[in-house]
Amino acid sequence: MTDIIGYMLIIIGILFDIFGCIGLVRFPDVYNRLQASTKCVTLGTILLLVGVAVLSGLGAMSAKAIICAVFILITSPTAAHAIAKGAYASGVQLWEKSVVDKYAEKSKK
Amino acid sequence: MITLFYIGLLVCCFLCLYRIGRGPSAPDRTVAIDILGIVIVGFCAILGLATKKDFYLNVALAWALLSFIGTIALAKFLEGRSFDD
Repeated sequence: MTDIIGYMLIIIGILFDIFGCIGLVRFPDVYNRLQASTKCVTLGTILLLVGVAVLSGLGAMSAKAIICAVFILITSPTAAHAIAKGAYASGVQLWEKSVVDKYAEKSKK
Repeated sequence: MITLFYIGLLVCCFLCLYRIGRGPSAPDRTVAIDILGIVIVGFCAILGLATKKDFYLNVALAWALLSFIGTIALAKFLEGRSFDD
């Protein structure tokens, strides 16, 4: 039963990773790519690490996997926020079919 | 089963490498480098599961730390500020 739960978690995590990387390749814009890939790959890798922790039982390996998952959960949105701000400040234009730009409206005031 | 996990994560790595090589601007490459670091953390966890040795998880923790620091440094560099403000 534990093996089935662990392997299911790892398979779902790797599927999320693959979908996030396909989004990284296929979307048209820096901000779309960031939005698609960061969330999918974060969730996928956290599910994969939790699956490894479930499969390896109670011990040093599962403790390290859980610590690594919590660390990725904290740091990945921070890095994505910093990249988005840096990309906007370095002058990358939005996709031509984008409809709203709240950051420009806010910084104009 | 483990071989299928390796193949899935290698597909992710090669998609990220395609975006690093092809990306039209510097922020595209920064996003792809960040994603590649997180995928490699998962790859180290799968290696540790396959070989039943737990030092691969130490490698994963160190890689996550260094990837985060590098991404923050690249984002500050993109924003046009120096590294000490």
